[in-house]
Amino acid sequence: MSKVKTVFEDCDILVVGGGMGGTGAAYEARYWGRDLKIVIAEKANIDRSGAVAQGLYAINCYMGTQWDENNPEDHVRYARNDLMGMVREDLAFDMARHVDSAVHKFEEWGLPLMKNEETGRYLREGKWQIMIHGESYKPIVAEAARKSADKIYNRIMITHLLMDDSKENRIGGAVGFNVRTGDYHVFRAKAVIVASGGASHIFKPRSVGEGMGRTWYAPWSSGSAYALCIDAGAKMTQMENRIVLARFKDGYGPVGAYFLHLKTYTQNAYGEEYESKWYDELKGMVGDYIDHEPRPTCLRNHAFIKEVAAGRGPIHMVTKEAFQDPHLEEVGWENFLGMTVGQAVVWASQNIDPKYTNPELTTSEPYVMGSHATCSGAWASGPEDIAPDEYQWGYNRMLTVDGLFGAGDTLGGTAHAFSSGSFTEGRLAAKAAVKYIRDLKTDKIEVSEKQYEDLKEEIFKPLENYAVGRNEITAGTVSPSYLLPLHGLQRLEKLMDEYCGGIGVNYMTNEPLLTRCIELLDILEEDLDHIGAENNHELMRAWELKHRLRTSQSVAQHTLFRKETRWPGYYYRGDHMKLDDENWHCLTLSQRDRKTGEWTMEKAPVYHIVD
Amino acid sequence: MPTFVYMTKCDGCGHCVDICPSDIMHIDKTTRRAYNMEPNMCWECYSCVKACPQNAIDVRGYADFAPLGHSVRVLREEEKGTIAWKIKFRDGREKNFLSPITTKPWGEAIEDLATLPVPEPDALDTQELCYEPDVLGYEGGVRTLKKGQLKQGVYY
Ligand SMILES: Cc1cc2nc3c(=O)[nH]c(=O)nc-3n(C[C@H](O)[C@H](O)[C@H](O)COP(=O)(O)OP(=O)(O)OC[C@H]3O[C@@H](n4cnc5c(N)ncnc54)[C@H](O)[C@@H]3O)c2cc1C
Ligand code: SF4
Ligand code: SF4
Repeated sequence: MSKVKTVFEDCDILVVGGGMGGTGAAYEARYWGRDLKIVIAEKANIDRSGAVAQGLYAINCYMGTQWDENNPEDHVRYARNDLMGMVREDLAFDMARHVDSAVHKFEEWGLPLMKNEETGRYLREGKWQIMIHGESYKPIVAEAARKSADKIYNRIMITHLLMDDSKENRIGGAVGFNVRTGDYHVFRAKAVIVASGGASHIFKPRSVGEGMGRTWYAPWSSGSAYALCIDAGAKMTQMENRIVLARFKDGYGPVGAYFLHLKTYTQNAYGEEYESKWYDELKGMVGDYIDHEPRPTCLRNHAFIKEVAAGRGPIHMVTKEAFQDPHLEEVGWENFLGMTVGQAVVWASQNIDPKYTNPELTTSEPYVMGSHATCSGAWASGPEDIAPDEYQWGYNRMLTVDGLFGAGDTLGGTAHAFSSGSFTEGRLAAKAAVKYIRDLKTDKIEVSEKQYEDLKEEIFKPLENYAVGRNEITAGTVSPSYLLPLHGLQRLEKLMDEYCGGIGVNYMTNEPLLTRCIELLDILEEDLDHIGAENNHELMRAWELKHRLRTSQSVAQHTLFRKETRWPGYYYRGDHMKLDDENWHCLTLSQRDRKTGEWTMEKAPVYHIVD
Repeated sequence: MPTFVYMTKCDGCGHCVDICPSDIMHIDKTTRRAYNMEPNMCWECYSCVKACPQNAIDVRGYADFAPLGHSVRVLREEEKGTIAWKIKFRDGREKNFLSPITTKPWGEAIEDLATLPVPEPDALDTQELCYEPDVLGYEGGVRTLKKGQLKQGVYY
């Protein structure tokens, strides 16, 4: 341990993760905090990091208020409807009223937004989506962050947040290590903005061999946003609200442009429309929610899942008609090349040309994130002017820990933010963080040597575990004294799949299963003290696993707490198969005690602030 | 479809190592050339493929579900502001696509905020973000709701 070099960095604002939220945060922080020191710590390289590494073909959240297309209130209604009522309407409204300004800046910076030739407006894919040639979306926003931040540390995995030793419940910075050099990094900061993305590989993916990396959300989305905040004692919300996606088979290529722009549609293996068959059953489960327009994403999944279980799969996307139009054919392919190249490879390898073959769809394993048609994440304070009192404790987007802010997937209750909304949330968090720092005035943050030295010991332990244990055995991967990160990951995925409602059990769970899930997760947590890492790269995998484990514990606790099936098609509580507005028209909150590791659960009211 | 590197093309420059979001492109100590050391954590994002000056990196679809004999090649040219794709099916059919990646010379259109006038201290208390309200493109400023308009919170 003594050999590990420690590098210190003192700054005002530390941004953890330079994805969509983090780049937005660095940009806005510079505008308001001219004299402040702004630093980004990023696990990869901000030019191609996060969920947008390969680019995007659409910006899924744009109001178009300048052309009277949508108002922020409309977006709140849409997000609320899609999430079966459960969103933070204040946060959703706040994001929606600012998101257009982010998109206008993207265009100014050179992002090619497609235009409708007749109207001159951005080309709509759907009511909320606009189409872009977004291969370089990420390098472009990274450039904006680079121009704004004082320093960007690439290849630093943040493992823990630091607390201020001079004041209860106040943030003091973060620690992590360089995944290439192995140096230990201590960032002391007055405010921290966590923007480290959602979580894949919590549940067992459909492909488990060489293709296990072909998850829908990026394999490097390791749940750090959740684990970091939970371990700092922040309250979390809606962590049960995992998302399942209907996507093209194996490559998980997106379907948005297909449905909305190409006007393709689905049918079962026998060429039949199937959604209407499940209407009555769903009506019995969720009541009037089934009649809402557009039909909530989860309910459409439900019909898909049931139709396949009834023996009439696979479900196909009918592309043969649309693909006769050369323009639509081009859009169909470029859509993948711009954001999920893997789907193009699957089709090329299997000779699937959608012009002549209707490709198969599948439902994915569940993911935990906060910016898509789902809203898991940290409980945050809302904007001063519109947030109800229970949702407002001083600074916009500040979590329940002083000086700790969140953006993008980190934030709970803010569904349908997507790339542009995540960037916007980063900006909102940054402005609030500057205000927080101004209000701190001369008040100093103190981080004791003991705090970061203890963490150093813990962080590098997997290297030691391996070094010691490796001497016991001749060769190979099997040791009685350590588990490798891949072993731990596969155990986590299997148990979450089987006990918490993954693909293996058709998304079904119940109280006995969840209780056992929590026990097995606790045992896994003990075993992770014995994780072995052969090198710095494996050390990163070890810490990604620990972050995924913490996220999973939170998901299991929340799923157990909410005794209803709010989102059929995302998961089912077999012991409470109906949506129960009487008892559960509310948000769920959790908090893990920093000292004892105990979880407490509570309900929080939903405010429908928009009619 | 994890990546692999052609021995005869790679010169060990490390661009792919620098960019891979999964940290799985590394330089092999013996051959001094890059390789994908953890194919099952590859997202087939093509970041490394696009970044390789030698076109030394290619992709072979994941063994789990992708039959052999296909290829998806890419050429990203920053100066031209374009990206070109060539898709070859297992049965030999081909498709080609070309898209813009930027409308401006690289990086030049992004302003340095530090050179702008410092905002008034009071502006911190408003709901406006940088360049707002002008950049929103409509009259009337940043939207709000009236607090009195809030409906009661519900638990029911
Ligand atoms: C296949 C796919 C298609 C999508 N399609 C669209 C679309 O068409 N339109 C749209 O608008 N949105 C789309 N999205 C959604 C969009 O990508 C996300 O909403 C957005 O990227 C979320 O932003 P974020 O900042 O929360 O996370 P990310 O952008 O993922 O950023 C997280 C960052 O944190 C870093 N990080 C993680 N852990 C750590 C750690 N421990 N320490 C340091 N750094 C860390 C990561 O490397 C990354 O840079 C799509 C996403 C995917 C995967
Ligand atoms: S395709 Fe992406 S994930 Fe795979 S090795 Fe290249 S950069 Fe890394
Ligand atoms: S970028 Fe290309 S040439 Fe350079 S090390 Fe990687 S594979 Fe080799």
